[in-house]
Amino acid sequence: MTRHIATGIGLFIIGFTLLVALIGPSLVPHDPFTQDLMQRLQPPAWLGGSGEHLFGTDQLGRDYLARLVYGARISLLIGACAALTSGVIGITLGVLGGFFGGRVDDVVMFVITCRLSIPLILVALAIVSAVGSSLTIVVLTLGLLLWDRFAVVARTTTMQVRNLDYVAAAQAAGASLWHVLAREVVPNIAHHLVVVATLEVALAILLESVLSFLGLGVPAPLPSWGLMIAEGKDYMFFEPWVIMVPGLALFVLVLGINLVGDGLRDLFGTRSRG
Amino acid sequence: MGVFLLRRAILAVLVCLTVLVISFALTRVAGDPALAVAGPQATAADLASIRTAYGLDRPLPAQFLDWVVAAAHGDLGRSYLFREPVANLVAARLPVTLTLGLVGLSFAIVIAVPLGMLAALNEGRPLDRIVTGFALLGQALPSFWLALILIILFGLRWQLLPIAGVEDWTGYVLPGLVLSFSAIPALMRLTRSGMIEAMGSDYIRTARAGGLSRLSIVCKHAARNAAMPVVAIAAVQLGFMLGGSIVIEAVFNLPGVGFLAWESISKNDFPVVQAVVLILALIYIGLTLGADLLNAVLDPRLRAQ
Repeated sequence: MTRHIATGIGLFIIGFTLLVALIGPSLVPHDPFTQDLMQRLQPPAWLGGSGEHLFGTDQLGRDYLARLVYGARISLLIGACAALTSGVIGITLGVLGGFFGGRVDDVVMFVITCRLSIPLILVALAIVSAVGSSLTIVVLTLGLLLWDRFAVVARTTTMQVRNLDYVAAAQAAGASLWHVLAREVVPNIAHHLVVVATLEVALAILLESVLSFLGLGVPAPLPSWGLMIAEGKDYMFFEPWVIMVPGLALFVLVLGINLVGDGLRDLFGTRSRG
Repeated sequence: MGVFLLRRAILAVLVCLTVLVISFALTRVAGDPALAVAGPQATAADLASIRTAYGLDRPLPAQFLDWVVAAAHGDLGRSYLFREPVANLVAARLPVTLTLGLVGLSFAIVIAVPLGMLAALNEGRPLDRIVTGFALLGQALPSFWLALILIILFGLRWQLLPIAGVEDWTGYVLPGLVLSFSAIPALMRLTRSGMIEAMGSDYIRTARAGGLSRLSIVCKHAARNAAMPVVAIAAVQLGFMLGGSIVIEAVFNLPGVGFLAWESISKNDFPVVQAVVLILALIYIGLTLGADLLNAVLDPRLRAQ
């Protein structure tokens, strides 16, 4: 029962964020990029500010609500695209290793171990710094680095499925390798992968915020929530809401996604040892 | 046992080599390192002489071999920025990062394991749900945000703990706490599920039937078996923490390896970046090897492989 409520809350959070990301920018009267230095650091309406900027303004006079809403778009976009990219890489690796076993599997396991050994944030920072920061680069970098869980789960579940009757039947009937993998194996491990995908979206969103916070993620003036927190850091002792609002947004969104992921995990009965 | 160790050791060496290649390639992706040293005002002659001085005019494989051989002797090159040997820079800062990691792991274990056991012993009841919910919240919390909030609270409101630097041990408390949050959810879940599984197993039932008290059962038998996956994941988490400390060190201004790496990345100080990636990877590989060893010692079934 609690599980259903929790998943419901998660779905609501995601749905709400999606809605905000899609139509929010059109609803908010201000533009997230217009600076107005006469209006710097106006407090939000509930802390005594004027109604003109509902959530106040940042240090360059840009409307905070507009930036927040636009930031939702960035977070969701990066989260989804990065998870998609890493999913393609990880699932391919995992299925190949799990299905063929032997030398192929040894190679796949080796690649996974190498990937796990490198310090993730450091390498991501180095790549973005080297190649230059942009939305595409961040997505690609995260996608190239976050595939390990996909690979591990795909590999394990493929190994479980590989020996089942319907796979053997398909092979006996002369199905091509591609058919067996795409039509027999993958659809039957898909539910596990969906759970991983949900959690990877959350992870990608968190990591993007870390990269942006450190100045090597989404480039300014794009309003990534992590970047907003970084920009607000200098003023946080006097205007703590500057970091509270985007941080809360991040926290709630990631929480919502994790709740849905856990709910899916329970739904598909794929509870494993974490 | 010997064969198992040998296999793992060989694998570790191969992974090391691959990481060497990756970290070397990483810094070459940026293009011309000579530009980073010389700055944008450099003339062609400056660049040429810099290249010769740093050995950047040699073919890439030769540069790589040079670096590997030097690294094997403990010479990790010279920082472009500090003009000091990288090894010195790293050695000066590694203790801070290692201390931070260990403090973080200690906090994580001290908080997560009892909570996990509590949740397991109350499985399905409200206490379990509360604890699991807490883990869920911890997983969603951005570490740098938590750090900033704690800084506001402890730096401004309650002036109890330092919020920057590490003059004494108190400087590690807040950063360690924030760092522990990244490991607590996983450790707690694992302890909980491990305990639940162990408590439901046959030998526990036998112990109960034999009349052993619940406390004795929990402490001696169930906990010991649940400890195994926790040990493995604790080592892995420590490895992640060391890599992830970069954010915490940046926020709390700790003079650690992570902070050094961040500075070096921002300023294109390639030798340092290369070296830090390598060292952190080596530590992680060492930790997982150690964890495997420990597991093999704890669980005789593994040795038979």
